[in-house]
Amino acid sequence: MTDHPNIDPAWLRGMTMRRMSRRDLFKAGGVGASALSLGAILAACSSSDSSSPAASGSSGGVDFTAEPAGTLDFANWPLYIDKEKVNGEVVRPSLLQFTDQTGIEVNYREVIQGNNTFFGKIQPQLAAGQSTGWDLIVITNGETLTRLMTLDYLVELPTDMRPNFDKYADVSVKDPAYDPGNKFTMAWQSGLTGIAWDPKQVAELRPDNPTITSMNDLFDPAFAGKVGMFGDNADMPNLTLLGMGIDPTTSTPEDWNAAAEKLIAQRDDGIVRQYYEQNYINAISNGDVAVTMGWSGDIFQTNLSGDSEGLQFAVPDEGAIIWTDNMMIPKGAAHPVDAMMYMDYVYDPDVAGQMAQWINYITPVPDSKAFVLGLFDDTGDEYYKNVAESPLVYPTPADTAKLSTYRVLTEDEQLEWNGIFQPIYQS
Amino acid sequence: MADQARPRLQDLMGSSAQAAEGGAPPARKANRRKRLVPYGLAAPSVLWLLVFFLIPTLYMAFISLGSGFLGNIKFGTNFSNYVEVLKTYDKQFIRSVIYALIVTFLALCIAYPLAYWIALYGGRRKNVFILLILLPFFVSFVIRTVQWQFILADTGIIFGPLKNLGLLSKNFHVLSTPVAVIAGITYNFLPFTVLPLYVALERLDPRLLEAGRDLYANKVTTFLKVVWPLSLPGVFAAFLLTFVPAVGDFVNSQILGGPKTTMIGQIIQTLFQTNFDYPHGAALSFILMAFLLIGASLYAKVLGTEAVTSAAAR
Repeated sequence: MTDHPNIDPAWLRGMTMRRMSRRDLFKAGGVGASALSLGAILAACSSSDSSSPAASGSSGGVDFTAEPAGTLDFANWPLYIDKEKVNGEVVRPSLLQFTDQTGIEVNYREVIQGNNTFFGKIQPQLAAGQSTGWDLIVITNGETLTRLMTLDYLVELPTDMRPNFDKYADVSVKDPAYDPGNKFTMAWQSGLTGIAWDPKQVAELRPDNPTITSMNDLFDPAFAGKVGMFGDNADMPNLTLLGMGIDPTTSTPEDWNAAAEKLIAQRDDGIVRQYYEQNYINAISNGDVAVTMGWSGDIFQTNLSGDSEGLQFAVPDEGAIIWTDNMMIPKGAAHPVDAMMYMDYVYDPDVAGQMAQWINYITPVPDSKAFVLGLFDDTGDEYYKNVAESPLVYPTPADTAKLSTYRVLTEDEQLEWNGIFQPIYQS
Repeated sequence: MADQARPRLQDLMGSSAQAAEGGAPPARKANRRKRLVPYGLAAPSVLWLLVFFLIPTLYMAFISLGSGFLGNIKFGTNFSNYVEVLKTYDKQFIRSVIYALIVTFLALCIAYPLAYWIALYGGRRKNVFILLILLPFFVSFVIRTVQWQFILADTGIIFGPLKNLGLLSKNFHVLSTPVAVIAGITYNFLPFTVLPLYVALERLDPRLLEAGRDLYANKVTTFLKVVWPLSLPGVFAAFLLTFVPAVGDFVNSQILGGPKTTMIGQIIQTLFQTNFDYPHGAALSFILMAFLLIGASLYAKVLGTEAVTSAAAR
């Protein structure tokens, strides 16, 4: 029986997990912006070396034919793996099973609270060619991942050590645009950026059309002051572009400016209540906003946790953004073989099912659905049925057809892109 | 304390200088040791500042003239970085200063009566009252701010009932407005205002108040002619201690603010920690630092350094 923690996972995840910036809540503790860690300064210090990485060979000199070391240091996000309480002790069944099968002890730590902040932490070691202390890290596709790849900080993965991945991975995570040929990464879980909405408030504010179906709803004056937008450089621009009928992945600077114009008008007309980071989930739960950009897993969990008043998540007609959190081996990892074995292990459908029923984001292994339905048959617990039937955990092909990914940007483009979009949410 | 130490230190330096010129060898030895004592005492803090302040600051100064992102920063002489950030973020800069001025004014208005009452009428429980003021601040800054988010929520514990009673319109909200941000900062920095004021008022000699009464001054006149002038150093110190951190605050506007309440600290934070645009972030930090340094020294000059530092030193 799965034990859901007493804290509402969606809330905690909302507080801690998503991409841009746990920085505000966790780094903020009264530390001035000038009080950057010495590490970060030294990081920048040694940056000049990074263009000529010490590592030799395409996989950073890693010998994947070696025997596993019996240890795996795994850094992940909070609440991002299956958990159970056995005799009052929290265990992670899928990790226990891995240890049983391989003898590899997993040192699992929930230390990643933001792609950027985590990158900032490990960058000094990577730049110096030293071990980060981690064999496996999980990073979302986007700016940080691109940076890790272009700075040559990742170990190239062997293609002959991932039979499960080759067999069971969903097409959407095979050969993705952000990492052609899965040279450096394998997907952990994916999620959607779409629209979260509160049916009660929407019905009140717009009685003639009480459903949210389109990106245009985020720009509807009927919801003035009750709209939440993401305040970031990834979700807000990309989803807005998509809503304008532009494919973000091939968008041009003209498109970016057009999107910016639309967003500025939305802000200046008083439609936007606030630009949120991870805290949008509180805002919609508190009734501060009626419609907001949101992430699929959060809404699904809030509803399952029972304290929701039936929050909805909409994949807009124009499409939604799918992002993927990826496993990867940072250079200098002490136990790369163990990491590689684990990365393939999670693509076993039963393992993936065990994880999916707890994590509630989109699993990269569609075949794992059978395992989750099996849990329903065994226990009769409706929860498992809900998970297995949720399009937000197992999206249908019709759903996935409407999905797009983030624009992959070069460094110069990134500077231009940030310059266009950041002033909108930080005005 | 400081006043006593200073002449002694000077004597020490003076006598050792004399000794160096032509004293007897054993005396010179003893004097040399004596002469080294102040340096030895200062060494840990000097080293500390050197390693954790001066070197990083100089390094950041170099970075502020560079280009590129963390991991790939190229050094250069891009003074244009300074112009660019100032042009892009002038609004947020001015806003931060205005917010901080309002905050400081409000905080002084709240803190002065508070400190006055505790200092003059607190009696034996003065320390208890001060502790009570400080007590909430044992909780993390961020947590306290998030609690305000909860308290001020649109349908939260305050506005929910008022809206249900029809006393407020459905769309009324305080969160996401400058009011919430300014209130949040005022609340968070209040102890910085209260403490220097309290210290200044606490040292007030009660006999001076009696003297005022003896000379037929009423309470208002006594306050204006005796208490207020004597507490001015405390007011100046409180102003600085509140204003400086308030300008750079980046938590309140982020948690309590809305689309148009971004403050400069938030921008700097985003540049560094989200965008990894160290050069522009560093440039902006230096502009802020320069502004505060120049502002503070002008302030001290106009009001007299003695008044400010002596109150701050107490």
